[in-house]
Amino acid sequence: MSSQALTPNGTPEPAPRPPMNFNTPALRLNFTIRKALNNVVSGLALLATLLVLVPLAAILVYLFYKGFSSLNYNFFTKIPAPPGVEGGGMANSIVGSGIVLALASLMGIPVGIAAGVYLAEFGRGRMLGNAIRFTADVLNGVPSIVVGISMYALIVKPQLHFSAFAGGVALAVMMIPTITRTTEEMLATVPHSIREAALGLGVPKWRTTLSVALRTASPGIITGCMLAFARVAGETAPLLFTALGNEFMSTSLNGPIDALPLRIYKYANSPFDEWHRVAWAGSLVLILMIMVSVTLVRIFASRGVLKGGN
Amino acid sequence: MGVGILVEHLNAWYGTTHTLQDINLHIPANHATALIGPSGCGKSTFVRCLNRMHETNPIARATGTVKMGDVDIYADASPVEIRRRVGMVFQRPNPFPTMSIYDNVVSGLKLNGFRNKKILDETAERSLKSAALWDEVKDDWKKKSGASLSGGQQQRMCIARALAVDPEVLLMDEPASALDPVSTSKIEDLIFQLKSQYTIVIVTHNMQQAARVAENTGFFLNGKMVEFDSTHKIFTNPSDKRTEDYITGRFG
Repeated sequence: MSSQALTPNGTPEPAPRPPMNFNTPALRLNFTIRKALNNVVSGLALLATLLVLVPLAAILVYLFYKGFSSLNYNFFTKIPAPPGVEGGGMANSIVGSGIVLALASLMGIPVGIAAGVYLAEFGRGRMLGNAIRFTADVLNGVPSIVVGISMYALIVKPQLHFSAFAGGVALAVMMIPTITRTTEEMLATVPHSIREAALGLGVPKWRTTLSVALRTASPGIITGCMLAFARVAGETAPLLFTALGNEFMSTSLNGPIDALPLRIYKYANSPFDEWHRVAWAGSLVLILMIMVSVTLVRIFASRGVLKGGN
Repeated sequence: MGVGILVEHLNAWYGTTHTLQDINLHIPANHATALIGPSGCGKSTFVRCLNRMHETNPIARATGTVKMGDVDIYADASPVEIRRRVGMVFQRPNPFPTMSIYDNVVSGLKLNGFRNKKILDETAERSLKSAALWDEVKDDWKKKSGASLSGGQQQRMCIARALAVDPEVLLMDEPASALDPVSTSKIEDLIFQLKSQYTIVIVTHNMQQAARVAENTGFFLNGKMVEFDSTHKIFTNPSDKRTEDYITGRFG
């Protein structure tokens, strides 16, 4: 009996492997097609990126083109002048926007982050957690004009006057759902092992959440807050029924206050060419304010948070 | 100094799975005790019951008595206090990614409210020396991120972090399984030095490692502790057939 070849272990030698031929015409064609497809898809991705950047660049360039010439010292220091009178500015609108946005951020960011922390760390799988998550998602989709009318009914009407405070609340309500959901999602990306490391050192859960989980997730949370801020900074509708607008400089939280979007809306709707030019300048300033504040927060945040690998 | 641990009728569950079944064991103070057994046998669950980490999982539950010295950790103390006294080193190094090496090491103290900079600095240096990492990091330990160290260095930093809160017991859940042989031997040397001052419980899949570092070894199988004895006895003359089969590689 012809014995089968045995390996040193005594197990039978495996059958020889059939050669694998990658060089058939069909496989070569397949490879050519895949290479071409790879190039096509990469090209499409590049094209899509450009398409995203084109409107942004176009808006910025056009704003500079239309608005830059009307920017001068008066624009930043004077209050609006009547039509036909030279030398008016938007000082009251810039200050008003700053006040309303600061109020909105002061109210919206802490509440939004706290709700996000609850959802991520304590409310998982609970009825209350699911209810809050659902509410936040619905609130995110509520049209801004509806938020404005609601705040009119809830704050302006009982108080019998328009106010910067009501405007701040309306914008805060719009910021909260974005911040809440971003905070929740960013906390969910913090690895469980890092929380365990802190708990294992005898750090209480609340402290672990604040000083370890939130701190690790902070770059993403800051981005979420910036997005929410940038979104409401240009909102007009929620302010129409709350902050109302004001022709004069006002810094009172308890009275009507002007804001850049309101002023732009009013000037753009007017029949005067001069006002149209100033509206362009106002739009440019609004965009620049948003860009500057977002950049400042980013610089501030990257200094405060130690980055890996340096 | 370390304290001994007495475990009586310890049972643990994940949901409806009975992961630990009636474990009884005495872990002597200031010795290293190794736990071996195939994956899923309950060794990790067991060490997580020793610092009440097990219960941080919402579906997990444990019953029985675990006495650390005179303290019944399930009856007489809060989990936060127990975890301070029982340090833990995990399978994969888990540095705090936003913190420097120094901040990582003193994090347990800082997060518990210690503010005295002199004490923090001294403790950090002493802990890093104990963890045999000081010479490698002393130049930029306050600037360099803990996450930028190599895997083996990160694991020694995590050991330093555990030592900084002055624990009595050190639990190590496969501390070297994600590391290369050089880092592994550094960790083993470290365990050798530390066990005169701490009670060390080390889970390992590496039986040579158990033989090298531990005086006593326990063999777990399917949620039960099959055998617990001196390491020498377990590896040369085990009483139970299943232990012998496992250490000779016949299963598992």
